[in-house]
Amino acid sequence: MQKRIAASLLAWIDDRFPLTKLWNEHLAKYYAPKNFNFWYFFGSLALVVLVSQLLTGIWLTMHYKPSAALAFDSVEYIMRDVDWGWLIRYLHSTGASAFFIVVYLHMFRGLLYGSFKKPRELVWLIGMAMYLALMAEAFMGYLLPWGQMSYWGAQVITSLFGAIPVIGDDLMQWIRGDYLVSDATLNRFFALHVVAVPLVLVLLVVLHIMALHQVGSNNPDGIEIKKKKNRAGVPLDGIPFHPYYTVKDLFGVVVFLLIFCWAVFYAPEMGGMFLEHPNFMPADAFKTPEHIAPVWYFTPFYSVLRAVPDKLGGVIAMGAAIFLLFLLPWLDRCQVRSVRYRGILFKSALTLFVVSFLGLGYLGTQPVTPEATLFARLFSLLYFAFFLLMPLYTRWDKTLPEPERLTLSPPLRQRQEWYWRLLIRGVDAALASEATQRARAFGEQILYRLKKYISSP
Amino acid sequence: MSNDGVDVSKRQFLTLAATAASAVGVGLATIPFVSAMQPSAKAQAAGGPVEVDISQLEPGQLIRVKWRGKPVWVLRRTPESLAALGSLNPELRDPMSDESLQPESAHNEVRSLKPEIWVAVGLCTHLGCVPSYRPEVAPADLGPDWKGGFFCPCHGSRFDLAGRVYKGVPAPTNLEIPAHRYLSDTRLLIGEEIEST
Repeated sequence: MQKRIAASLLAWIDDRFPLTKLWNEHLAKYYAPKNFNFWYFFGSLALVVLVSQLLTGIWLTMHYKPSAALAFDSVEYIMRDVDWGWLIRYLHSTGASAFFIVVYLHMFRGLLYGSFKKPRELVWLIGMAMYLALMAEAFMGYLLPWGQMSYWGAQVITSLFGAIPVIGDDLMQWIRGDYLVSDATLNRFFALHVVAVPLVLVLLVVLHIMALHQVGSNNPDGIEIKKKKNRAGVPLDGIPFHPYYTVKDLFGVVVFLLIFCWAVFYAPEMGGMFLEHPNFMPADAFKTPEHIAPVWYFTPFYSVLRAVPDKLGGVIAMGAAIFLLFLLPWLDRCQVRSVRYRGILFKSALTLFVVSFLGLGYLGTQPVTPEATLFARLFSLLYFAFFLLMPLYTRWDKTLPEPERLTLSPPLRQRQEWYWRLLIRGVDAALASEATQRARAFGEQILYRLKKYISSP
Repeated sequence: MSNDGVDVSKRQFLTLAATAASAVGVGLATIPFVSAMQPSAKAQAAGGPVEVDISQLEPGQLIRVKWRGKPVWVLRRTPESLAALGSLNPELRDPMSDESLQPESAHNEVRSLKPEIWVAVGLCTHLGCVPSYRPEVAPADLGPDWKGGFFCPCHGSRFDLAGRVYKGVPAPTNLEIPAHRYLSDTRLLIGEEIEST
């Protein structure tokens, strides 16, 4: 009876809205490669963080006051006087950093397995647009608490526009809505942070997924699973996204939430990384903090800016460092997608790129010294060389033959590579440790008591 | 559907004309949105000139006043620091201030109307941080050649006591000198050069 009602209700809806069609196209009959690994968690995690940010953000606006006179105090009010306000605020501020961690890992996955290459150029471009929107969102959000770092960060970043010849000064004034960062700036950043950019972000997420589902997901082997299909037209190496990957991703979400909640509850400031110390002082237009640095996720680009001893040159270099990422699909001339079957040239270049990106990121958090500037220049050169020399080294690279079908990783304990052996040894040591033994004994005792309790009449 | 007897070129012209007219309309409709983001009448009014009393200003002392929300410095320079200014020229990017912003009346080597009283906008010309006032000679962190001046904590730009930028630092030009004039010997008006009627 109930089944019949449900079926007829679904039919009623399907006549009016493509519900079953959408469900099948994007979940139940979306065939994804069967060899997704650890790196494939981060797309769905980004979505989870986005939802969390939207939710906590809406709740924060219920108490926050977007004015220069009231903003700082209203944040402290949320922290002290609003029930659970501290939790909602810390979820939001930690969520910003978590967003960038997840997105950087997601982008790195694309680099590793060549997910940006033909025919997924638009997936990459839309993703990059999302990355830009996310940077704007994070930057404007950081002004809202109206602390010293909020204020001077916004002052420095809006001044970047002043470096543009001819129109720079007028443009800077237009962005700020005043002669310098002020109440007007705070108010408009609030509007953009809360309404405009989130709308753009959500729209781009939809476009990103639509473009992805048009071409199909890439995979760690970087080969096209659509080339080998069975008679029903289903890729031989594909499995339906639901339930296989929805369940896998749910597991990823649980692990992510475990780490995320640890940060929210025990290290929401992350030693000044997620919330910088000077931001606990109200904005003061007369005094710049001794050492100002952006939040960690902007520091690689900030380092590039500082490495150039010229105002306009620095701004151009910083813009180029971001813009070059857009061009990846056309800079890479290699026939092979995945790093697994690429040659030594690409592997070395990618390693140097990671080292330079992390190095720039670290230097961006540090004060300027002559040695630091020297390293920042070296890493900037490596960063740009990775992109600008890419058409050459990807063409010269000696690739390995790609497999016909997807390869499946052996179970952990059968892996021979030294790093996996090291991990196995670490896991074994942890399992054999006294703490684990005690935890296990404790767990068994609880189970035993539960069983006894249940079985007792 | 048949297109017999339809004047296709007329249709194309009408489509084109309608598109062009709409484009103009959309373009004009953006004007209020763009203009609404400019500094409002209130912000512009708050940008009016401010008066400063300098009768209590000691030699070497720097006071900060707010003009257009920006910090404006008024510094009474000592005779020694004024004498040191000329010797710095080879180390400066724009010693004669030809590339920098100042009213014509302050376009001289000491960058002021009266040599000892120096007025400037206290925002680094690089990215708008407030440089710190470092009048001491040869402090440990700024090196033995430091003759007193301003140091920007954000990106390490250095300026002398006339706000002139040193070579090899990110700031492109000297600190901005705002329009200002003397109302009397002890009263300064910042933000206005010529008496408005």
